[in-house]
Amino acid sequence: MQPVNPYVLSATAIDKIFPGAKALNRVDFSLRRGEVHALLGENGAGKSTLVKCLTGAYRRDGGHILVDGAEVDPRNTLEAQNLGIGTVYQEVNLLSNLTVAENLFLGRQPKRFGLVNAREMNRRARALLAEYELDIDVTAELAAYSVAVQQVVAIARAVDLSGKVLILDEPTASLDAHEVAMLFRIVRRLKERGLGIVFITHFLEQVYEISDRITVLRNGQLVGTRETADLPRRDLIAMMLGRELVQEVTAQHGPKGEGGDVRFRFRNFGRKGHIQPFDLDVRTGEVVGIAGLLGSGRTETAEILFGAERADSGAAEADGRVLDLSSPRAAIREKFGFCPEDRKIDGIVGDLSVRENIALALQARRGWTRPISRSEQDRLADQYIKALDIRTTDREKPIKLLSGGNQQKAILARWLATNPDFLILDEPTRGIDVGAHAEIIRLIESLCEKGMSLIVISSELEELVAYSSRVIVLRDRAHVAELAGDQVTTAGIVEAIASSTGRADA
Amino acid sequence: MNPRYLPLAATVAIFLIAYAICFAQYPNMLSTRVIGNLLTDNAFLGIAAVGMTFVILSGGIDLSIGAVIAFTGVLLAVLLEQTAIHPLAAFVLALAVTTAFGALMGVIIHHLEMPPFIVTLAGMFLARGMAFVLSIDSIPIKHPFYATLKGVYYKLPGGGRITLIGGLMLLVFLAGMLIAHRTRFGANVYALGGGAATARLMGVPIGRTTILIYALSGFLAGLSGIVFSLYTSAGYSLATVGVELDAIAAVVIGGTLLTGGSGFIAGTLVGILIQGLIQTYITFDGSLSSWWTKILIGLLLFAFILLQKGLIHVTDRRRRYA
Repeated sequence: MQPVNPYVLSATAIDKIFPGAKALNRVDFSLRRGEVHALLGENGAGKSTLVKCLTGAYRRDGGHILVDGAEVDPRNTLEAQNLGIGTVYQEVNLLSNLTVAENLFLGRQPKRFGLVNAREMNRRARALLAEYELDIDVTAELAAYSVAVQQVVAIARAVDLSGKVLILDEPTASLDAHEVAMLFRIVRRLKERGLGIVFITHFLEQVYEISDRITVLRNGQLVGTRETADLPRRDLIAMMLGRELVQEVTAQHGPKGEGGDVRFRFRNFGRKGHIQPFDLDVRTGEVVGIAGLLGSGRTETAEILFGAERADSGAAEADGRVLDLSSPRAAIREKFGFCPEDRKIDGIVGDLSVRENIALALQARRGWTRPISRSEQDRLADQYIKALDIRTTDREKPIKLLSGGNQQKAILARWLATNPDFLILDEPTRGIDVGAHAEIIRLIESLCEKGMSLIVISSELEELVAYSSRVIVLRDRAHVAELAGDQVTTAGIVEAIASSTGRADA
Repeated sequence: MNPRYLPLAATVAIFLIAYAICFAQYPNMLSTRVIGNLLTDNAFLGIAAVGMTFVILSGGIDLSIGAVIAFTGVLLAVLLEQTAIHPLAAFVLALAVTTAFGALMGVIIHHLEMPPFIVTLAGMFLARGMAFVLSIDSIPIKHPFYATLKGVYYKLPGGGRITLIGGLMLLVFLAGMLIAHRTRFGANVYALGGGAATARLMGVPIGRTTILIYALSGFLAGLSGIVFSLYTSAGYSLATVGVELDAIAAVVIGGTLLTGGSGFIAGTLVGILIQGLIQTYITFDGSLSSWWTKILIGLLLFAFILLQKGLIHVTDRRRRYA
C-alpha cells in the first residue's frame, strides 16, 4: 500500500503570460486535505491569476496541476467543478433573481412526473443549509438576503457540487465582524470534513485567525510558503512588500532633494467612509511617498487629492491661495495631475493612438472649443516619445499594442504635457518589467529636480525609500505615521505598518 | 409582501379598478358575453404574448412575431386554396416552419453572439417578405373544416361563449405557467435573464436554452397565426403589423421586467385583458376614436416602466442597508 497523498491539490511551475506582461512565473502551490491555506500578495501579485488558472477560468501557459495525484487540465469552471474544485468570489456568483433553493439546485432540481418538484427541492435546500446553521426562507429571492447569507449559500452550493477544494476569493471583504465569525465557523467545520480551503484576503488578522499555512506571491512570482504559526507578522509584511531592488536602481540614485518651501497645504482633508481627515504639506521639488497595505486608504488618498472623490472636510491651499479640488476638471485647472493605479481601466484609451493619448489631458484642460492643432499634437507626442524614451514604432500606433512600461510612460507624458505643479502617481511601476522600472524611477527623480511636487503611492518599499524624502504610512483608512530623513528605510516602513496593524488587533 | 409580486399585484389592481369603472358606466360590461368576446378577440395576441414573455424573461426580445403571424395566415390560405391537404396537416406544416424559423434565429443569436434585437428584426423583414412572395392579395379561406372549428364553443351561463380559440389561449397560458415555473427549462430561462455570465458559471446550458426559447416563441407565433386565420377566415400579408409591439406592451404591463429575470406568465394574461378592456370600453362608448386605446396603453407603459425603476431602486437600497 502506498501512503495516502496528503495533497488534495498541487500545482507546479505554473506560467501565465499576458500580452506585455508575465502574470505568473513558475509558481508552485500545494494544498493539503483539511487545511486552510492563505494566498497573499498585493494587487497585481498574481493571486487571482493563479486562482483562475486552478479553476479553469484561464488556460495556463505552462506547469502541471494535480488533483488527488492525477494530472488535470480544466478548460472551464464547470470542468473544474466536476473535478472537485469549487470557487466562491467576493462578488457572489449566484443569481439574485432566483430563490435560494433554485440557486442551490439549478440544473439538478429534483423531479416528479417530469416536472420540477418544488416542495422536495425546498426541503432539500433547507436540510442543506441547516448544516451551515442557516435557517432562512429558501423560497424567497436570494436578493432579499444580506451578502453574508448569500456568501454562505454560495459556499453551500460550491461544496455540495465539488467537495474537495474550496477557493474563497476575498469572501470577507464586505462582511462585518459578526458575519466574519459566522463564516469562519463554517470554514472550520468544512476543514474538519477534510476539504482543502484556499483563502484569499488582505486582512492579516483574519489570516492569523484561520489559516494553517501561508503562500505569498509578488509580481507573479512565488515568494514562499510558510506555516502560519512560524511566521511573525513583520516577516509576513516584509515578504509581501519587500523586494530585492535591482542593483541598477539603488546604485544610480543620488541624494534625495529635501525640497524647497512648503507649497501645498492640506488641512483636515478627508471624506467620510473613504479616508479619515489628514494634514499634509508638500514642498516644491519634493517626493512624498505613501505606504500601506492594500485597502489601507492609499488610493483613496490619491482620489481625494485629485477631486475624483470630493472631500467633505478640510481645505487645500497652494502658495496661500485656496484650491478648488471639487472635481478632476477643477483639479486639472489647478495644475494637478493623477496617474491612476489601474491604467487599463482608468488610464489609457486603448484604441486611440499614442499621440491622442498623450494630448488627452492637455486638451481637456484647454476645453473642447479650442482644439490642439494636429501639428501641435505631433510635436507634443514626438517630444515626449523622445524625452521619456517611449518605445513605439510610430506615434499613431494604438496604445494598447505597447508594453505595460511604455503605456505607463505615455500616461506620464499625458500629464507632463499639461505642465503640472502637483503630480500624483499611484503605483507607477506596477506590472512593468525591471528595466522600465528603473527608467520610471529616474524620471520621477528628474521631475522632482525641476521643482515639481510629487505624491507617489507604491507597494515597492525599496522604491519608495529610493526617491521619497518623506513617507506617510497608512492603516485602516487613516494616516498613522510620517517618516522623514533617516527614518525612511524599508525596515522603518515595515515596522510602522506592522506595529499599527498590531494595534488594530488589540 | 415579496417585492417581486408587486408589479403583478399592481397589474391586477389596475385591471380590477378599470373593470369597476367600466361597470359603473356600462353595467352590461360584466356579462359573460363581453368576457367571452374579450377572450376570443385577443386570443391570437395572447398566445403570441406567452412566447414573448419567455423571450423577455430571458433578457431578449422577439420582433418577428407579427410578421410570422401574417406569414402563417398567408401560408395556410395559399395551401388550402391551391392544394387539397386537410387544414390539420396544413397546421402541422405551418407550426413546423415557424418553430424552425424561431430556432434558427436562436442559433444565430447564440452562436454568432448577435443582439436579439437585430436578429429578430431581420427575421421580421424576412417573414413579412416571404408572406408577400406567397401572395399580395387577401385570400379568403372557405374550407368547411374552418366553419366546423368556428362552431365549437362552450356556452357560459348568461349567453357568453368560450370559443375554441379563446379556450386555446387559456390553455396556452396554463401550459406556459407550467413550463416557466415547473420545469428545468423554465428555471434556466429565469437564470439567463438574471445574468448570462453567472448562469453559465452555474452550469446552465446557455446555447440550448436560447435556441429553445426562440423556437418556443416561433412555435407560439405560428399557433397565433393559425388562431388569427380562424378568427378572420383569411390570409393577408399586410395583417398584424405591429402585433409584436402590442405583445411587448402586454408583457411589460403584466409586470415582467424588460431587462429580464423577473415576471410571471399570468401577468401577461392580465396585461392582454387590460388592453382588451380598453378596446371594449371604446366600443361601448361609440364616440371615442380607437386611437384612445394606443394612448392609454402608452400611458400605462410609462407608468409601469416608472414602477419597475422605482422597485429596482428600492430593492437595491434595501439590499445595501440590509
